[in-house]
Amino acid sequence: MIRLATVDYVVMAMYFVVVLGIGWVLRRKANTSTDFFLSGRSLPPWVTGLAFLSANLGAQEVIGMGASGAKYGLATSHFYWIGAIPAMVFVGIFMMPFYYGSRARSVPEYLKLRFDEKTRTLNALSFAVMTVFSSGVSMYAMGKLLNLLLGWDFSTSVLVSAAIVLAYVTLGGLTSAIYNEVLQFFMIVFGFAPLVWIGLRNMGGWDGLTAKLSSVATARGLPEYAYTHVWQGMGSASTNSIGIEWFGMVMGLGFVLSFGYWCTDFLVVQRAMAADSMTAARRTPLIAAVPKMLFPFLVILPGMIALAMGNDVIPAKLTAAGAPLLDSGGNVVLDYDLATPMMLVKLFPSGLLGLGLTALIASFMSGMAGNVTAFNTVWTYDIYQAHINRSATDAHYLWMGRVATVGGIVLSVAAAYVAGAFNNIMEFLQLVFAFVNAPLFATFFLGMFWRRSTGHGAFAGLVAGTLAAASHHGLSLAAGATPGVKGGFLGATLRYPSEMAQTFWTAIAAFGTCFLVTIMVSLVTKARPDDELTGLVYSLTPRTVDAGGVWYAQPRYFALLVLAAMIALNFIFL
Amino acid sequence: MHGSASLDLRWPIGLLFVVLGATLMGHGIATRENLALYARAGGLNVNLIWGAVMFVVGCAFALAARQGARRARDSAR
Repeated sequence: MIRLATVDYVVMAMYFVVVLGIGWVLRRKANTSTDFFLSGRSLPPWVTGLAFLSANLGAQEVIGMGASGAKYGLATSHFYWIGAIPAMVFVGIFMMPFYYGSRARSVPEYLKLRFDEKTRTLNALSFAVMTVFSSGVSMYAMGKLLNLLLGWDFSTSVLVSAAIVLAYVTLGGLTSAIYNEVLQFFMIVFGFAPLVWIGLRNMGGWDGLTAKLSSVATARGLPEYAYTHVWQGMGSASTNSIGIEWFGMVMGLGFVLSFGYWCTDFLVVQRAMAADSMTAARRTPLIAAVPKMLFPFLVILPGMIALAMGNDVIPAKLTAAGAPLLDSGGNVVLDYDLATPMMLVKLFPSGLLGLGLTALIASFMSGMAGNVTAFNTVWTYDIYQAHINRSATDAHYLWMGRVATVGGIVLSVAAAYVAGAFNNIMEFLQLVFAFVNAPLFATFFLGMFWRRSTGHGAFAGLVAGTLAAASHHGLSLAAGATPGVKGGFLGATLRYPSEMAQTFWTAIAAFGTCFLVTIMVSLVTKARPDDELTGLVYSLTPRTVDAGGVWYAQPRYFALLVLAAMIALNFIFL
Repeated sequence: MHGSASLDLRWPIGLLFVVLGATLMGHGIATRENLALYARAGGLNVNLIWGAVMFVVGCAFALAARQGARRARDSAR
């Protein structure tokens, strides 16, 4: 446990004053439900772009990617390059015209316009429950980390941060949440860049780091390039650090999981919907892609440096009794989630330490705010207005949005305590959400690009895809895992070398099943007439014409530049 | 930034970074004799250096916001 100096508290206090100040200044700008839920569709693309990225950059991402960096090395970059950039380009170029152009106010509402009420409600309900629980998990992780690192009281950390988020979201709605996400983006960049700078300097630069990691890899029986290259060894699951071959990785992560997340998750898409024009909405994910592809150097490198620094940086996982946890071979199990936080503590002097911790707390809180703003919109538009009170005044829905914000935060706090009490319940719930989410991209893809797909087809496909994911998970088991939440509860017929390989193949099974079932059921059910689908389906919608300006600012050319840079990065770190 | 938006986000970012940068620089100057404090960072006074970087970035944001406001005023005329 460390003691903070006064200057560290001063740095934190300054940040929170600015956060609350933004909410206060924006409070008069949330007068209609469109202002509150969609920022009045008035934000410039650099703001929505950085918020698009930042909404996904919760602390769990920062900590989790540092942990994976320490566990798998540079191969973790797959989650950023192949696992995000192509999907971000796709949603900007091909899907945003339908989300923004249809004037749907949420992603579930697009499903209502394109398919029917039952498909929308299924998506809205699962999304609403999921946002509350992810926000709760994030609060729980923050309370636990601050308790472990600084000795702060768990309940105080959770309740104070919930109160701050509640204040600025209720005051300024989505604009306030988005502004704070952008602020948090810069805090993360400037709070973590010195960590990489000092860490690399202590290691003797990039060459020093690779030399050190080569010997770590050899000592663990892996090829010497295992931690410092992205693609080498991906030919077979046994010659790379993440334990999966290239096909499962590209299909499972690069296609199904990544497109399913970036193209259909309302949490991120909502940011683009707040943009001030169609061109700005399409540029939102493309602008986000530029810093996204550089983030491995900010969040994965600290984990790799921790790995290279040796065993005393990453502490052991502790059992309930406080003794180090041992695996079946008698080796100490390391708590990789502490790699990045421990690096902050070990490398930063007071002052900079306050900055780094503020960046970490800021990202926990903006993760919470992102979930809550997506929750209040889906609750108000897709559940409350659709099923409970159809014809109220706009002022009533604005009021409902504020009530839903309070409700969402109270439920998140409750979920944080549930997570603390029953760790397995949260693991189980996250698994269920993974099953529900995995087939989603097939539904949207067919909805947008195949005019013959029908509401019954989409609904049947989603249910079948979710069941396929559950069955695949139940029939498979990763090496070293015990049957239960980790899979194998229906009998472990399929064996995978790693949990990641199992997850990717579960996603592939769900997507494939949803895709086929949607097509089959659509073909035997009645399609909607073409004139009802204008603006909702690719072949029936006039091509979007981008506003003029310099060529590289136009979405399609900008997209090509982004893809070229992504490919170049893969070659550089081949 | 657009006329309809109430608050140019570059102002609060600029303000925060200028104030944080100044605080870190001040702390760096006050602790410059404390070699033990900076040993973990390879002997560099990282508070002073990084504080200066953040201060300059904050000023750049504030300047850009002022330019934007001026342009908006000119085009309104």
